[in-house]
Parts: sequence; structure tokens; C-alpha cells
Amino acid sequence: MKTCRLLSFSLFLTSMMLMSGCLSPQPKDDLFKQLGSLAGIERFVDIFIREIGESKEVRPYFEDTNLDRFREKQIEHICLLSGGPCTYTGDSIVESHKGMGVNEADFNALVDTAIRAMNKAGYSVATRNRLLARIAPLRGEVMEVK
Amino acid sequence: MRIRHTVILFFLGSLLSYIFAAPCYSNGKLLATAGTSTIEGSGGGGMVPWAMLSGYGTKDETVSSLYSTHINLSDFTMWSYGAAVSYHDRVELSASQQTIQGKENADPISMNTFGTKVRLYGDAVYSQWPQVSIGIQYKNVLDTDAANSLEAKKNSGTDVYFSATKIWLDGLLHRNTLFNITLRNSDANQLGLLGFGGDNHHRRWLWESSAAVLINRHWAVGAEYRMKPSNLSAVKEDDWKGTFIAYFPSKQLSITFSYLQLGDVAGQRDQKGPYLSLQGAF
Repeated sequence: MKTCRLLSFSLFLTSMMLMSGCLSPQPKDDLFKQLGSLAGIERFVDIFIREIGESKEVRPYFEDTNLDRFREKQIEHICLLSGGPCTYTGDSIVESHKGMGVNEADFNALVDTAIRAMNKAGYSVATRNRLLARIAPLRGEVMEVK
Repeated sequence: MRIRHTVILFFLGSLLSYIFAAPCYSNGKLLATAGTSTIEGSGGGGMVPWAMLSGYGTKDETVSSLYSTHINLSDFTMWSYGAAVSYHDRVELSASQQTIQGKENADPISMNTFGTKVRLYGDAVYSQWPQVSIGIQYKNVLDTDAANSLEAKKNSGTDVYFSATKIWLDGLLHRNTLFNITLRNSDANQLGLLGFGGDNHHRRWLWESSAAVLINRHWAVGAEYRMKPSNLSAVKEDDWKGTFIAYFPSKQLSITFSYLQLGDVAGQRDQKGPYLSLQGAF
């Protein structure tokens, strides 16, 4: 009896794990479309820049940033990450964050800022998580290695 | 009696450290990804410790947390409160007290739990492999009559556990999805409230697991399972199961509501009921 319940619980968990891989209703790379294509991404990046300006923690890192250039490269990068038809012409992620001393808390604050911006852009939870999951692997390149 | 006071002192100490450290709230990790406090005071779900340390602290931060949990079973009331400090996302220290009382005027049984957890590897959200931690819980029961009359071997004991936890940002239905497995080496009877060891078994490895999905930034639903030993032939002990919904209004507060099915507890059959827990992290 005990073994049976244990087994059924493991099966339930396993099926949950498997489902996470194959329940996605959309093909893998319609994220670009979900973000509203290039116009949607431009709108999101504008909101993102506004949110950065309002964040006490993140703003100081952008004091010397050329915002026009940042906006352009950010749009290219998100377009590329979401499977859109763009080429990224900016510096490498490591290069552009060099010497900024971004620590874990700063990175998390930036992610929180991005989430607020995605909320304001009206993206669904699913779209937000899909974009976040593609930004997350860049964490190692953004943060200062100690 | 003295140890009872130690827990309260630790509790107050954490409260004070909060008051003085109040301006530097931990920025920490993504909302809801730090979990909450278990009934034994370590960071985790409701009954299973996770690899994450309590609170949202990063490698540059120290975080304190306090919690209080109340469980209303068919024939018993259980409650627990405690405090934890997580230092630089590496070491967690916790002190807590657990109490069970029969609803028919029985004397309450209390125990203290002192825990340490050390993060060995990874970050549940960002590293490729699951975050892994090792933990130790030293427990001693303060009201020993029940343990003695049921012929438990000892009045205090130590649990050792390994936890592996992974959170996928784009998991089930594109939701943040958590999965945890814990292996615990223990001889505790009903957490330790009925003493340690017995005539059936002694120390052994037990399997525990949690699965949760964040519906959105503030709400999580999930289930937990905790294998229990049945060391005492006088009173059977069943595996614990629970389903929960948790609300994270901010990184400083979490509220967990759960429905537990604990099976046979201290001679009473089929114990189930609601669980409510509050946690504050500073």
C-alpha cells in the first residue's frame, strides 16, 4: 500500500516534469511574435528605459550610457533572442559590462526592472517567463567575476 | 527549561537585528523563488527543506527571517515558530520550537530544533544543474513522558539531509516550475515529538519531495511528500502529504495555506487538516 502510493506520487511528479517539456502549445520560436514583433519590442524597450530611470538601484549604472545607442542595441538583442530577423551589432555582453562591478543583487534588481517593464508592456505571464528564460543564461556574462 | 529560553532569545535576537538592519532590505532573488520556512525551521516548503537558504539574500547579503505555523488536525493541534539567519547565501542557522497537543485536554509536547544548512553548489534558478545543500537538524524533546512510555530509544536526535532543488523559469505551461528532492537520514518519531528510535527500526534514509508551479509572480501552488519512519510498534507512523497554495505579496512576507494528510499520528487514525504559515524575511 505504502509502495503503491509512493509510486503513484513519483509518477505524478515525473509526468509533471515531462509535461513541462512537451505541453508548450506554440512552436519554439514564435516568441518574437508574442512580443509584438519589432514594433512591440521597441515599445517594450522604451518602457524598460523609463523603468531604469525610476529605479534607485539600477539607474546609477546608466549615468554615462548613451541611451539612444543602448535602446538600439537592446532592441536588436531582444529581437535576436526571441528568434526575430535581426543581427546584433553591439559589443559583446562581457565587453559592455566590463568594469561596472555588477553583483548578484544588482543583476536581480535589473531583472526585477525588466519584469516591471514587461508587466507594463502588457505581456502575459507565459511570454514574460519565456523571455526571462532566454535572458537568464547571460547572467554569468553580465556579473563581475570575483 | 533553559533551552526553551534559548529559542525565544534567538527569536528576539533576530527581531532586533531586523529593527537595526531595517533600511537594508535584501534585494535578493526573484520573488517567490526563495520558498518559505518549514515546520522544522529550515528554509523550504511546508514540510520539506529545500536547497535554497531562507530569505532572498545574495552572496553579499545577510538575511533574517521569522515564521509561525499553525496546523489544525482531526484530533491534534500542532504549532511551530522560529527564526533563521542566512549568511551570504552560504550558511543558514535556524532555531525553532514545535508543539503538538491533543484536542481532548492532553498535555502539550514540545521540542526544540536547531538547524544548520550549507549551500554546496549552484543557484536553483540560474545554474544549469540543481542547487545542492547539506543540512543538519539537532532536535530534543522537552516533554518526554510520551516518548518514554512508547519506549523510544532517546529523547534527542540529529537528522542529516541533502536537498537538490531546481527552478525552471520557462517550465510547466511557461510558468516558473520548482522541483525538489531531499534525502534525510533520521531516527525521529513524528519529527521527534515522540522521541527518537524504537523497537521496529533505527536510523535510516528517508525520501522527501516537493513540486510547485508559480501561477504568476505572487502565487504558487504545489504538493509535498515526506516519507516517515515507523520506529515504534505501539503507534504507527504514516508518510506525510500536503498540497499548498502560497502568496508572496513582497520579498518580506509570505503566507502559505496548505491541506495536510498525515495518516496515523500518535495512535489516532487518519489525521488531516489545514495548515497556515506566515513568514517574514528581513
